[in-house]
Amino acid sequence: MARHDLENGAEGARGLILFWLLALLLIVTAVFTVTQKSPVYSVVGLLANFVVLATLFLTLDAEFVFVIQIVVYGGAVLVLFVFVIALLSSGVGPFAEGPNRMPRALVPAAFIVLVAFAALVYGLVRGPLATAAVHPSSAPLGAAGDAGVFGSIADFGAALFTTHLLPFEVTSLILMVAVVGVVMLAGDAPPERTHGSHSPQVRRKPREREPIVKAGR
Amino acid sequence: MLAALSLDVVPLWVVVLAKSGFVLFVVVTTFAYAMLFERKIMAWMQLRPGPNRVGPWGLMQPAADAAKMMFKEDLTPSTADPFIYRFAPWISLATAMGVFAVIPFSETSGGLWSIGNVNSGILFVFALTSIGVYGISLAGWSSGSKYPLLGSVRSTAQMISYELAMTMSVIGVLILAGTTSFAGIVHAQAKWWFVLPQFVGFIVYIITAVAETNRAPFDLVEAETELVGGFHTEYSGLRFGLFFIAEYLNMIAVACVATLLFFGGWNPPFGLTVIPGIVWFLLKDGFFIFIYIWLRTTLPRLRYDRLMAFGWKVLLPVATLNLMVTAAIVAFGG
Repeated sequence: MARHDLENGAEGARGLILFWLLALLLIVTAVFTVTQKSPVYSVVGLLANFVVLATLFLTLDAEFVFVIQIVVYGGAVLVLFVFVIALLSSGVGPFAEGPNRMPRALVPAAFIVLVAFAALVYGLVRGPLATAAVHPSSAPLGAAGDAGVFGSIADFGAALFTTHLLPFEVTSLILMVAVVGVVMLAGDAPPERTHGSHSPQVRRKPREREPIVKAGR
Repeated sequence: MLAALSLDVVPLWVVVLAKSGFVLFVVVTTFAYAMLFERKIMAWMQLRPGPNRVGPWGLMQPAADAAKMMFKEDLTPSTADPFIYRFAPWISLATAMGVFAVIPFSETSGGLWSIGNVNSGILFVFALTSIGVYGISLAGWSSGSKYPLLGSVRSTAQMISYELAMTMSVIGVLILAGTTSFAGIVHAQAKWWFVLPQFVGFIVYIITAVAETNRAPFDLVEAETELVGGFHTEYSGLRFGLFFIAEYLNMIAVACVATLLFFGGWNPPFGLTVIPGIVWFLLKDGFFIFIYIWLRTTLPRLRYDRLMAFGWKVLLPVATLNLMVTAAIVAFGG
């Protein structure tokens, strides 16, 4: 939708307004996330941030990336944040407030942001990004599951398992190391069995049972 | 009928608004009677009459319940985080309602009967489902008391675990259909419903869908015998009602998705094209809702560790195996 909007005049203006609106929202939600005192509010801000970013992908007709962004970051990673926060702070009482580090963190943070921004501008003006020709895809739009359409899952998978196989595998290896590390750090000895094993009870034959003694008479 | 509205003279937003209003009206009415249907079915299975005082056969019971719910006081505990406490039910409701924006109910020569004809409908449903978890987990956390917190921690772990197996079970269908659009998936089932070649995936989907909607026997999240009311213990009045509506809408939505993915959507069985597609869709949908009610009355609640073990050690490997076999057959079998 918006990919074609940007190519046509009157429609292009609408696409551009949408882009700036989303970009502004992205910054607002990001600032909201880092300035909140309560961690749960930060999570809500980050969730809004992820959803806005996903919507930005949607304006580029990248439906699959839109869904992955929401499912993986919004649905899996951030849910674990909520999980941990809920476990650590039972109830809504705020964490013990430490010293306000915002003034001290502000200068290095601003410096890093400026350097990153400068690198981005340099890349756009002079660097490889300026010379790389932007080819608007001529592939038709359609369901991301269909083959041959723009941003299709088939193209995505092919790129992931051929051109970008090494980075993909290295990333998964790093995640694996992290998982093993977490299990090593958090796992403790298996709990002692407090009850007997079921198997002798299951294996027992009917004739081995305790005799039933009729009471009375 | 819905498609006939999309005349060129009417602006698009009016069409979308009208369609949304109509679909939500129908869906919320369905919710009200699904609730009555559930109570009646459960009562008959337990050999008691069920609600029968309000109107003939208790047909006005949903209206009475709604009126009662509206006039109850909406309490906020003093220990609660007021903003998130009020905000959380809306996340649940919005994600539950949003699913119906992409579900096609039937198709005629005029076009698809859906609010939005989304190319990747099933992916959109997954995205919304994964956001829906926040409604429950934030509600439990923000209530500021013990039982809701336990309920929300349980729900978060349960929903993440079962979402994985659910997604895996559906991908087999997507591979067979070769598309992610609901209409394309239904068209691919013109001859054979996917429940036959994807029987394993179907079973895994049905089980995980019960867990995703937090219904018995997987309703550990709101287990009355252990957690009072679980995540919604502190909620009352209309705000509790929002969670209630969301839970039923989720149940109707997973039944709709099951119909579309495995039971051929609006395709009539045995070439019975005399009966319109929408009737078939509603019949199949009703069948799945009945199955969920049946499960609830029949099975006892699982223990929490068993629930997690079942999800990770049984459902996920089975779904993955099903996916691998399907992919291999499609890739090498032509």
